[in-house]
Amino acid sequence: MSHSSPDILMDAARRDLDAVIKRDKPLTPKERLAIPCQEMPAQDPAVRRGNMQEVALGYSPEQARLESMRCLQCKNAPCVAGCPVGIDIPGFLKAAAEGDFQSAIEVIKRNSLLPAVCGRVCPQEVQCQEHCTVGKALKDVNRAVSIGRVERFVADLERERGAAQAPVIHPETGKKVAVIGSGPASITVAADVRREGHKVVIFEAFHKPGGVMVYGIPEFRLPKRIVQEEIDALTAMGVELHTNFVVGRTRRLKDLMEKDGFDAVFIGTGAGLPKFMGIEGENLVGVFSANEYLTRSNLMRAYDAARADTPIYRSRKVAVLGGGNVAMDAARTAVRLGAAEVYLVYRRTEVEMPARVEEIAHAKEEGVIFHYLENARRICGDDQGCVTSLECVRYELGEPDASGRRRPVEIKGSEFMMEVDTVIVAIGNDSNPLIPRTTDGLKITKWGNIIVDETGKTSLDRVFAGGDIVLGAATVILAMGEGRRAAASINAKLRE
Amino acid sequence: MNKVLAREQLSADVVMMRVEAPLIARERRPGQFIILQLNNEFGERIPLTIADADPVEGSITLIFQTVGLTTHKLADKRVGEFIESVLGPLGQPTHIEKFGTVVCVGGGIGVAPLHPIAKGMKEAGNKLIVIMGARTKELLVLEDQMRNLADELIICTDDGSVGRKCLVTEPLKEVCGRRPKPDLAVAIGPPIMMKFCAEATRPFAVPTVVSLNTIMIDGTGMCGGCRVTVGGHTKFVCVDGPEFDGHQVDFDNMMKRLRAYKPHEDKAHHQCHLESEIELKEKKQL
Ligand SMILES: Cc1cc2nc3c(=O)[nH]c(=O)nc-3n(C[C@H](O)[C@H](O)[C@H](O)COP(=O)(O)OP(=O)(O)OC[C@H]3O[C@@H](n4cnc5c(N)ncnc54)[C@H](O)[C@@H]3O)c2cc1C
Ligand code: FES
Repeated sequence: MSHSSPDILMDAARRDLDAVIKRDKPLTPKERLAIPCQEMPAQDPAVRRGNMQEVALGYSPEQARLESMRCLQCKNAPCVAGCPVGIDIPGFLKAAAEGDFQSAIEVIKRNSLLPAVCGRVCPQEVQCQEHCTVGKALKDVNRAVSIGRVERFVADLERERGAAQAPVIHPETGKKVAVIGSGPASITVAADVRREGHKVVIFEAFHKPGGVMVYGIPEFRLPKRIVQEEIDALTAMGVELHTNFVVGRTRRLKDLMEKDGFDAVFIGTGAGLPKFMGIEGENLVGVFSANEYLTRSNLMRAYDAARADTPIYRSRKVAVLGGGNVAMDAARTAVRLGAAEVYLVYRRTEVEMPARVEEIAHAKEEGVIFHYLENARRICGDDQGCVTSLECVRYELGEPDASGRRRPVEIKGSEFMMEVDTVIVAIGNDSNPLIPRTTDGLKITKWGNIIVDETGKTSLDRVFAGGDIVLGAATVILAMGEGRRAAASINAKLRE
Repeated sequence: MNKVLAREQLSADVVMMRVEAPLIARERRPGQFIILQLNNEFGERIPLTIADADPVEGSITLIFQTVGLTTHKLADKRVGEFIESVLGPLGQPTHIEKFGTVVCVGGGIGVAPLHPIAKGMKEAGNKLIVIMGARTKELLVLEDQMRNLADELIICTDDGSVGRKCLVTEPLKEVCGRRPKPDLAVAIGPPIMMKFCAEATRPFAVPTVVSLNTIMIDGTGMCGGCRVTVGGHTKFVCVDGPEFDGHQVDFDNMMKRLRAYKPHEDKAHHQCHLESEIELKEKKQL
């Protein structure tokens, strides 16, 4: 992908939109398909390698309208089926195409609480956009209507204008609900339960609320102020927030219910337990979990070395192990912290990479060097215990397995050394065992995920759970969807 | 926000502070620690052991040595000022029961976290032997408190300014050589001291618990920055520890990891020198 300057993109959109508006007849499907895909204006890769500011700059109003006009308004709306929370996508695109951005955001908000976040971080190409008829007609999912970009535009516009309506809160019921964690699942539960007039208290272990959205996902992809505004909206609704409170240690879950009088509890503690490879040398100096590396940089602000007390490892050559969003975020953070070379080592090929396509493209533009079909085997160090190199082995794709995915198989004798001083392990997260360990009777799967029924209820009465702690490491939108469901169940339970 | 209720300078670089933290005071048990942060925007998070707690007053006592940026800034806090974040109690509490004879070894500031454990062991009906060591007389903390608890107290300093002139491992070996030998040793102090305490008790097969103080961020098992190798397996000090079987801990790896962020080369150098000095002394003794 070559980089086009934002000005050029916006000028082109202005001209194209003028041409469309001048016509007196409605657009035919063929004409809609002929409207150029609106590229996302972005910071120049050479510049953004050296800063933490957001990479994607957002559409101009003209771009948002043109992109929305590409939608064919299919009767069966296959995109909606691909959306985990069932947003009326043709509905909001129709309003946006007409320039009625306020109506567009209102349509989205009927189903989604965090459009500014989801517009930025949802893996649209495997959700709504995967099913888009435009993408199918143009035989390229990357040319589907950019639903997420329009979503982001209308959400940002509403926020910048201060046009968001404070939700109506029902009269106080005297009931109270504890929400554990403050990621997207918990934020959704807090909002939906508070609206019913119940008292809501959020307990967050960290000193700042927002979950992965503040400690994991970097500023250059999701600015912290956007998450903070969502939190501010909650506190404005009267939701209480206790940070530095780790349930299971500061207070046990059962004590919250039995001694502190909470009528229901929601557990939204995420998948915060980093997995390691289990290979030799993994505890050497210079080996980090992506969680640690990203937390230092994001939450603790270590990238701002002049002001932050928290240090971060200064690296020259970095190998990141993994192929998901977490791996991309770690690699791109390492670039920004000044590493001369950053390698991304992934066992399969680009097609299988679980990261969002946009992140992969951005990482490449920023100079991250991709090593496909390779895997780490051993980490070597010097006599000071510091990393000096990574031994890798090559893979090839074998026969498809039962799921149809071609499994990578090791090529015997293909070992080789990669000279690096830092290794960042980004192969996923398991669930944090703290709450299950300190709560008798709370049932979990063998992977440590909390088991819930179709209403989001756990094995304990009046205790609900959702998000990554139930699904395993998943996505913001799924966490939000789970939160919605659990909140509805909590509200129903408290009405009894 | 946690208010500083009292502050006392125990020695040139050791400070004792009582801090308002009612929830932590209510739940904490010996062996547990907190993570504090002075400034939520740019401050770093550091773990400190809870030396004592008063659930009635709603306070915890911290005893710390001014070694880095945050401990220096913390030491500057006056009574009535606030610490922005205090999280806890974290980690597994000490396993306390009646073992028989327990020998507690504290080096330098390690005596502070050792105190509540020694107290718990005594209350559980154990015969308590305490060995305390410091570089010099002025650096010895909680001597009176330990004297009140212990059935036998042995003090040693590197320079002989008080008690015996030796490292703590010397009396530890003597105690382990007695008949009957102690049933448990608990050693808390600088990593190098814990390493050699574990080496000292190993030939006598006296089970030895050490309490590790690694670099931490979250303290809840989220980052893995605190990981150590114990018996060939990776453990997270903040959730699996802080106490481990001293005979299984890979101290050399842990000490290297502790130095990962030493900001100035020369400072790291100095630390290395200190450690190799002790290492040399120990080797001579062994
Ligand atoms: C680096 C990274 C990049 C990602 N990129 C994307 C992306 O591009 N798109 C996408 O859709 N998803 C992405 N994800 C996944 C997404 O962020 C998660 O699926 C989502 O945040 C899960 O939400 P949650 O509410 O379940 O929990 P989390 O966001 O994990 O929040 C859980 C919160 O609970 C707190 N907590 C845990 N235990 C306790 C306790 N005992 N007491 C009190 N508080 C506790 C934690 O401190 C945390 O703040 C990414 C994840 C990471 C790590
Ligand atoms: S401090 Fe992060 S896992 Fe222990």
